Amino acid sequence: MNVLLIAVGGFFGAIARYSISLCFKKVYPTTFPLATLTVNLLGAFLLGILVGSGMASSAYSLLGTGFMGAFTTFSTFKLENIQLREGKNHSTLISYLLVTYTIGISAAFLGIHLGSSL
Amino acid sequence: MNFIAVGVGGAIGSLLRFLVGIGSNHLWNVHFPLGTLIANLLGCFILGWFTSSYIKMKKLHPHILTGVGTGMIGSFTTFSTFSVESVQLMQENHYGTAYAYIMLSMIGGLFMSWLGYKLETTIKKPAAAERGDL
Repeated sequence: MNVLLIAVGGFFGAIARYSISLCFKKVYPTTFPLATLTVNLLGAFLLGILVGSGMASSAYSLLGTGFMGAFTTFSTFKLENIQLREGKNHSTLISYLLVTYTIGISAAFLGIHLGSSL
Repeated sequence: MNFIAVGVGGAIGSLLRFLVGIGSNHLWNVHFPLGTLIANLLGCFILGWFTSSYIKMKKLHPHILTGVGTGMIGSFTTFSTFSVESVQLMQENHYGTAYAYIMLSMIGGLFMSWLGYKLETTIKKPAAAERGDL
C-alpha cells in the first residue's frame, strides 16, 4: 500500500516541479536557476511542516516520501552548479550554493517548528 | 504528453529512492541518513552523465529523455529530505554527524555531478549539455 502511495505522490510531485520549471523559464529567463531554488526551498519548508506535525505513515508516504521527495531535487541542483562553473559564472555559483544550503536548512527548521505547534 | 512522461518517471524515481532507503537500513543500521546520501550522490552522477550524453541519445524520443532526466533522476534525488534530516540530526544534538552529512552531500554531490558530466564531455563537447532541464 505504501509503495502505491509513494508512486502516486512521486507522479504528481515531479509534474509539479516540471510545471514550475516551464513557467519560470517563460516568465523569468535568467542564468540564475531560480526554478530549482524555488522548488527546493518551498519543498524543504513544507516537508518540515509534515514531519513536525507527526502525521500517520500512510499520509507521509504520499505527501512526504512521494510528493515532496519528487518535488525537490538534488541532482538538478548539483548539475546546475557544474554548468555554472563550466560557464565561468562563479559569483552566481557561490550565491546559488550559499542560498540553497542556508535558507533550505533554515526553512526545514522553521517548518518543523511550525508543524509541531499545529 | 511530456507531463505524463515526467509523472511516470517521478513515480519510478520515488520508488527507487524508497528502495535504496530500505536497502541501506539493512546494510548499515547507524544513526546516519545513508539512504538519502546514496540516492543523492548516485543521482548526481547519473544526471551529469545523462545530460552530457543527450546528443548520443538523439534516437530516443524527447518525451523519454525528459521523463528519465527530469522525471526519474530528478525525483530519485531529493533536497527536502536532506534538509529535514540535517535539522533532525542537529535537534538530537548530533552536530558532528549533521556537519559530516551536509559536507558529504555538498562536496560529494558536486564531485559526482562533475564526474558524470566529464565522462562524456572530455571525449566530445555536446551543445545539448547546456540544456539545463529541471
